[in-house]
Amino acid sequence: MHLALDGEQLDKIYDTLKSTLIDIGVETAMLLDTAGNVITTVDDGVDRHDIYSLAALAAANFSAMRSMVKIAGEEEFSLLFHKGQKENIYLSSVSDDFLLFIIFNNDMTLGLLRLKVAKVIGDLIGILVVDSSQ
Amino acid sequence: MAFINLKDKLIQAKIVYYGPGKCGKTTNLEYVYNKCRTQINSKMVTIKTQGDRTLFFDFFPFDIGKIEGYDVKIQLYTVPGQVKYNSTRRLVLKGVDGIVFVADSAENRRNANVASINNLQENLTLYKKNIFEIPLVLQYNKRDLAKQGIPVLNISTLEKDLNKDLRVPSFEASAVEGDNVIMTLKKIISVTMASLEKELK
Repeated sequence: MHLALDGEQLDKIYDTLKSTLIDIGVETAMLLDTAGNVITTVDDGVDRHDIYSLAALAAANFSAMRSMVKIAGEEEFSLLFHKGQKENIYLSSVSDDFLLFIIFNNDMTLGLLRLKVAKVIGDLIGILVVDSSQ
Repeated sequence: MAFINLKDKLIQAKIVYYGPGKCGKTTNLEYVYNKCRTQINSKMVTIKTQGDRTLFFDFFPFDIGKIEGYDVKIQLYTVPGQVKYNSTRRLVLKGVDGIVFVADSAENRRNANVASINNLQENLTLYKKNIFEIPLVLQYNKRDLAKQGIPVLNISTLEKDLNKDLRVPSFEASAVEGDNVIMTLKKIISVTMASLEKELK
């Protein structure tokens, strides 16, 4: 089974990431699949990161943590967060097959980001569910 | 699970190098990385132990040009070969589109090769994939050991042990010397792309 997304869907994903995350100050937002493929990435105009390496590591890290959580006896696992000195990383599950990866600096509060992420995930699920039903 | 971006006409596919510990999976990737730098826009990511053994995976994306009007980016991964790292091996296999099974030609690694290919078969079933159906190429690595007087397995023995039922393409190779490393990669890419094309039709 392979995943194919058309231009309209990819444009919607891009617009959602840009308007809800990049326009409020997020540096990089990326939708990836759990195999580590980059679906869409948006940044604030500064190309700082090797996105393909980030996607591979993010997918692996998330899967590893999910396995640990299961071993610990937990069923639910939805996000990873790294608080750095300058840059912060937020990695959240969108669905069984997709992850949302975000890099943001200390000008943004985690609370605001979490609110925006909740909205983005809802929007992304809407776009991706339409695809799987077609 | 390959991802096809219909807007930008881009395909991303995942190829994993699998095999027993110390068979030369990382050496394969290092050779490709150093030989094909112009097609690789990333640094090679490696997650290894202090003892320089692969702990999780090695990775880099590899641009192979256009196929049927689509830019194709191959994501190359290795798995950790040591038996104890099976849980991380499984994670790396998620979404795999093609596999290079690297066998160790050293005579004393015969059982490890067989155990590893059986482990591959078992791990693929977790993702509802069949070793007889997934694009797969075998590489009989470390043929150069014979030059150093180290006993190596005959190709007929390796074929009998590993490829009797699978009947997939196989290559004699030396990842350290670069022999047939690129040929192995070219073959798995062509088999994977053919499979992808077939599924898309």
